[in-house]
Amino acid sequence: MHAEAAGSRAGWAESVGELAAGLRRLRNGIAAMGWAELRKLRHDNLDIATRSVQPLLWLFIFGTALRRNRVLAGGFHDYRAYLAPGIMAQAALFIAIFFGLAVIWERDVGQLQRLLATPLPRLAIVLGKAVGAGIRALAQALVLLAVLAATGISIRWSVGGVLGALVLLVLATGGFACLSMILASLVRTRERFMGIGQMVMMPLFFASSALYPLSIMPGWLRVVAHGNPLTYEVHGMRQLLLGVSTGGTLWVDFLFVGVFLAVAAMIAAKTYPRAIL
Amino acid sequence: MSELVQVEDLVVRFGDVEAVRGVSFGVEAGESFGLLGPNGAGKTTTIRVLTTLLRPTAGRAFVAGHDVVRDGLAIRRILGYIPQAISIDGALTARENLEFYARVTDVPRRERRERIEDAVDAMGLGAFLDRLGRTLSGGMLRRLEIATALLNRPEILFLDEPTVGLDPTARRLVWERLEELREESGTTLLVTTHQMEEAERQCDRIAIMDHGQLAAQGTPAELCNEFGVETLDDVFTAATGRSLTEGGSFRDARRSRRLSRRLG
Repeated sequence: MHAEAAGSRAGWAESVGELAAGLRRLRNGIAAMGWAELRKLRHDNLDIATRSVQPLLWLFIFGTALRRNRVLAGGFHDYRAYLAPGIMAQAALFIAIFFGLAVIWERDVGQLQRLLATPLPRLAIVLGKAVGAGIRALAQALVLLAVLAATGISIRWSVGGVLGALVLLVLATGGFACLSMILASLVRTRERFMGIGQMVMMPLFFASSALYPLSIMPGWLRVVAHGNPLTYEVHGMRQLLLGVSTGGTLWVDFLFVGVFLAVAAMIAAKTYPRAIL
Repeated sequence: MSELVQVEDLVVRFGDVEAVRGVSFGVEAGESFGLLGPNGAGKTTTIRVLTTLLRPTAGRAFVAGHDVVRDGLAIRRILGYIPQAISIDGALTARENLEFYARVTDVPRRERRERIEDAVDAMGLGAFLDRLGRTLSGGMLRRLEIATALLNRPEILFLDEPTVGLDPTARRLVWERLEELREESGTTLLVTTHQMEEAERQCDRIAIMDHGQLAAQGTPAELCNEFGVETLDDVFTAATGRSLTEGGSFRDARRSRRLSRRLG
């Protein structure tokens, strides 16, 4: 009986040890993939510049045309400032959705197959990709923030607000990158992914608070928008960057986006090996 | 028992397609074992089971005594795997690729630099460490991939068509480096190929695979004796009743062409 107790204690210690090693691998793997993404950005910083064109068009053409529209701006005095967080989130969404395309691409290339045959936990590979998308989104957001500062669009510049908004942006982008990996494992060919990607991305964008407040939407669309993580991402970023609430609660925004990331990452870790084998 | 790999009645089914249909073989520690056959014979599927990427539908497989289904992690820690498709990140330099794989294959931080240097020496990569992956030639890429797979000091290297798309010089260089590696570290090699002459020269033992089954196995000399022929090509014909023609699906063809274009 004594031996049995010792045995079960040893077994318990072993599984704690395994858990610790697993967590260490999870952390190391995510860190390594984030590091690789930073290196890639350094080798190819033109990518961020070219990707910035589209959000800037939204901001300065679309935003300027509707500049005085108080209804679209939910009562806020400058539609461009109101639009800016939405456009930052949208640009990040584009980056994230196309990470799934990269996964399909990498299936023809052998990188992810290699990673699956390393001791890395599968969740580390998925979260590593999510962090990669988050890093790109972050670089993109910094460019857009610099443009906002240079053109004097009136957002509230507080350190806490900007940092908080960037954290929320990275979390949500990671979640959308995982969603994109799930889609990639379902469709499996590049051509079809292009179609599905658009089919998912545009409704996410229009059925959210990115361009206009939920209050001007018809009821059914508002219901859809309330299930859309992009709505919470933009709500939160707007509150943090403009200093006024536009119809959400900050902690709910973080909670919703956090849960979205966690659930999407877990599903992606289960499904994406299908995409690359 | 010195068998590092044991495969017993392995079956892998994808929906209605049986890619591997009851295959058994063993690989001795330290030997160079070749899995030969045309595209679509089930070689890659077999390797994916051994590298724990795919679960067998039936049958069992062990690497270093670990069951591929139950002890996947233990196996992934002691193997090096170089898939047929390119596993180098073209947007990173050769050195960054090595650093990345050192980080994800459990190499302790203190030993990273030394292990990377060893792998660079073993594969003769010194001259192009700071070049981006996408600027490297096919032969350099393959050697870099092998180097990234050596960082965890694997007991066994799985190489899926390591010389496909390479010109004869690059091909010879890859094999020379692998030979040296075996002499110095005693690493076991499991290689798939559809190049019969290459297998004849480089492999201690060979299993010929066709339509998901083993048609014959033994040393190249044994096989030639057994079938009373001169070359492995003839062994293939004698064992399977057909010649080693271009097989494979649209996807295989597309993939190998894309690969050789990228490698070219």
